[in-house]
Amino acid sequence: MLRFALQRLFSLAISLVVASLVIFFVIEVIPGDPAAYMLGMNAQPETVAALRRELGLDAGPFARYLAWVGGMLVGDFGTSYTYRVPVSELVLARLGVSLPLTLYALLLSTAIAFPVGLIAAARRGSGLDAGIMGATQLGIAIPNFWFAMLLVLVFAISLQWFSAGGFPGWDKGFWINIKALTLPAVALALPQASILARVMRSAVIETLGQDYIRTARAKGLSQRQSVLRHALRNALIPVLTIIGLQFSFLLAGAIIIENVFFLPGLGRLIFQAITQRDLIVVESVVMLLVFAVILVTFLVDMAYAAADPRLRRRGA
Amino acid sequence: MLGRLKMGLAILALVASPALAQRTDISVGMVLEPPNLDPTSGAAAAIREVTYSNIFEGLTRFGPDGSILPGLAHAWDLSDDGLTYTFHLREGVQFHDGAPFSAEDVVFSLDRARAEDSTNAQKQLFAAIETVTAIDPLTVQVTLSQPQGAFLFNMAWGDAVIMSPASVASNATNPVGTGAFRFVRWVQGDRLELERNPYYWGEAPALERATFRFISDPSAAFAAMMAGDVDAFPNFPAPESLAQFQADPRFNVIVGSTEGETILSMNHQNPALADIRVRQAISHAINRQDIIDGAMFGYGTPIGSHFAPHHPDYLDLTANSPHDPDAARALLAEAGQEGLTLRLMLPPPTYARRGGEIVAAQLREVGIATEITNLEWAQWLEQVFRGHDFDLTIISHTEPMDIGIYARDNYYFQYDSADMKAIMAELEVTSDPDARTALLQAAQRHIADDFVVAFLFQLAKTGVANADIEGLWENAPVPANDLTGVRWAR
Amino acid sequence: MRRAPLTLLAGAALTGVFALAALVSLLWTPFDVTAMNIGARLQAPNAQHWFGTDHFGRDVLSMIMVGARISIAVAVVAVGMGMVLGVPLGLLAAANRGGLLDEVIMRGNDLIFAFPALVIAILITAVFGPSAVNAIIAIGIFNTPVFARVARGGALSLWTLDYIRAAEVSGKGKLRISAEHILPNIANLLIVQGTIQFSLGILAEAALSYVGLGAQPPMPSWGRMLAEAQTMISFAPHLAILPGLAIVLTVLGLNLMGDGLRDSLDPKLRRAR
Repeated sequence: MLRFALQRLFSLAISLVVASLVIFFVIEVIPGDPAAYMLGMNAQPETVAALRRELGLDAGPFARYLAWVGGMLVGDFGTSYTYRVPVSELVLARLGVSLPLTLYALLLSTAIAFPVGLIAAARRGSGLDAGIMGATQLGIAIPNFWFAMLLVLVFAISLQWFSAGGFPGWDKGFWINIKALTLPAVALALPQASILARVMRSAVIETLGQDYIRTARAKGLSQRQSVLRHALRNALIPVLTIIGLQFSFLLAGAIIIENVFFLPGLGRLIFQAITQRDLIVVESVVMLLVFAVILVTFLVDMAYAAADPRLRRRGA
Repeated sequence: MLGRLKMGLAILALVASPALAQRTDISVGMVLEPPNLDPTSGAAAAIREVTYSNIFEGLTRFGPDGSILPGLAHAWDLSDDGLTYTFHLREGVQFHDGAPFSAEDVVFSLDRARAEDSTNAQKQLFAAIETVTAIDPLTVQVTLSQPQGAFLFNMAWGDAVIMSPASVASNATNPVGTGAFRFVRWVQGDRLELERNPYYWGEAPALERATFRFISDPSAAFAAMMAGDVDAFPNFPAPESLAQFQADPRFNVIVGSTEGETILSMNHQNPALADIRVRQAISHAINRQDIIDGAMFGYGTPIGSHFAPHHPDYLDLTANSPHDPDAARALLAEAGQEGLTLRLMLPPPTYARRGGEIVAAQLREVGIATEITNLEWAQWLEQVFRGHDFDLTIISHTEPMDIGIYARDNYYFQYDSADMKAIMAELEVTSDPDARTALLQAAQRHIADDFVVAFLFQLAKTGVANADIEGLWENAPVPANDLTGVRWAR
Repeated sequence: MRRAPLTLLAGAALTGVFALAALVSLLWTPFDVTAMNIGARLQAPNAQHWFGTDHFGRDVLSMIMVGARISIAVAVVAVGMGMVLGVPLGLLAAANRGGLLDEVIMRGNDLIFAFPALVIAILITAVFGPSAVNAIIAIGIFNTPVFARVARGGALSLWTLDYIRAAEVSGKGKLRISAEHILPNIANLLIVQGTIQFSLGILAEAALSYVGLGAQPPMPSWGRMLAEAQTMISFAPHLAILPGLAIVLTVLGLNLMGDGLRDSLDPKLRRAR
């Protein structure tokens, strides 16, 4: 186990180095100079050069790469070129929106998917099952930004129940922010709920087919009892894996939704930083996201390996 | 239960309060968020839209009509040789951090702007300054290397505001100026709050609090206005929605003019475009009204040269290049350029993206094929503006009085005319108003006759505000949301 | 099980409608998609323009037909790219199961999955400029590990079978076995996955062109039509609703087809799904 862990840790470190090189290189070759962007059309070349010096952009790429990686190792993610504040401060502020939004969306999608998936599994083959499966197919097929537009049209512009976007800030109270995050969370949750409901359904059906469930039923447990008592617990593993994946996907993947609802989240920070060529922000935020996913994958692998020794030999 | 009751009361209070007293707060929508708040080190219009006149002030300032008004200098004298300005500063002015304002701050700010390592985006504004000297705490003398007719105009720009040496380093995130409002906080990505400066030297503004909200998405901007989340949107991002606001008595649609001459720029390095017949053909292929209607939903004024129609020296030269596809085809045939294909690079604003599609369709009518590439600003600046790697582009030149760009060496469209340079050089040293008018009109005619670019339209400033708000600027002589004169009528 | 052919048929029919529209648009559209008529803009659906007109007075039906072509072409090529790159990698990894090559390929896969896809797509287009080709590359890159994983998974189970072992013992090279015996046997798996990826590709293309990174004007694309309609949604909702429906129906058709295919091609999976 220890050897396996060390091996995985080693490949995790290699992955991070490769990721940092890829990120830095890609961002390095992007045309567009942050200093020129900030100073606009009338700026004189020597002014742009002066600003480049001030921002530390005149150093060579190798030196800047080392400075960036070295800084990250001690927890310093650099200072934003355009906002002139530490990147970590920006990220923390944006996480205050992205994290609750992600959790809210996950909560919604789980709350919908669990009962729906269970019912479909319990009534497998029925008209209800077919209807639910059709609905989830539709949910997967709807682009979330389009769904968001429709939500704005109906609930913000026509009914005026919600504002069309924006984020009041946590100092303005809890519920007002929850309300502001509701439409975006619904837009994000719909496709996720559809996927999750399908996973839930097949996982439950899978376990219902297992021998011990048959035994339980033979012993006289009803379909409902066997689903709730046994199948659900065993179906949770694939479902939780999917939820974990969805969490990291949503955290970074809400860019478009954040733009539709003008939420100051992490995704919009990256989007704006790319537009403004605030390269250090792009680099550090993408690196953080990649690190988070790699770390989660590593931990999941460890957990699986601890549970099932066979997995330690990389066969499956 | 009690909590809900309290919330209900709070909502009631919110709803009831406007009836009791005039509102003293305002929420102003802006499309773009400023990257930082230091107007002396960044070109973004959004910086000025927050700070100009509200937080930072210069020696002079622009009035809503573009005229030059006294700012931190209440008066000035010009020596007979036109080389020395003596500015008399206001008494009792202090910065938001309590530091007193004096002549030393003026010296500091102007020297900083023109220093070698200056990062001022409009450094050329200060190019004529030779020395800046504090005579006494309330008097500053500025000596120029040559007479400059536009010096007071230059000093009114947002880039020429006066800062205190004590706070200059942190102005990007915590701006400290002398203006009628002081900075409270900035929730990045969402909004920025200002409050009334109790120690302001001038007349106290009617507003106690102002919030700028950054809403880049036009449909969200529409919904925010409709829901009353935002009280005014001085530069509303979607002209197509204005008709709905116009039909609603709760709102005022404010249509004014900007200094933005929107042009279809041509790269004179392209051999085909170096031929005046091809440029003339393109100018004839363009239907300006269709572009204004299609891209801006009717908001905008056709122009025939690079000059703002609201300026007294403006000449209407649109008849110089009327929409005439037949003439365009004939000119192209004469130039031997029938199967011409040109690359059209479009920056992000609506006028360029939508206008570009219409221009492409109009050029296709006369037999010119275009390849459209949509670029971000950073890419546009690098590739088109600095790299000169383009054939056509659409861009609004928003600086006031910028016809001089046609006399600049190696400017992005690569126009090189000794005559135009001579006209502008003469203008630089001419102070007689009639002579200046004649020169400015000669310049307008010259570039129109040379079909340097295709002149499209003057960008309109289209804003929406709650009908009870008074005092917002109608025009935009410079990018600004001057809130000092804004009040609620009811 | 009775449902399988039905979903397959329904899916194929839906997909077929849009494929047909795309094909027809090569030869004929009701109106010229690039022809503008500012005077006739923003018309609601009517007898002349069945789907109405957009803000330039262009015919929306014609634009949706040509947009189908772009969507399908981008998705097909991107999925093809993912297959061509991913499947050999997956087979290679399976042939060297447990070896260093396997480790490198699988870690590389994980790494690609770890990158936020849309951000990388934005960066790619920031480097190379927005175009349909770069949208294909961006989508293709993220399809590669999917196919590598599916191919490896399918191949691994085959490598344990006796006849494959026998072939190995008889001295056939691993690569040859992969090509001759393994690949044909995982083809079903790949076709099913390909259908799913195809539908995801349509969604990805829509998202990319919605943020302005796909095909450039005047070539219409569904995502860009939605982006442009967004500011007019309160007075011309048809502009936002119709292209969105086109996306939903195409993706739905492909998903149904994928389900149906899986059910009829892979009896083992029937029980679970």
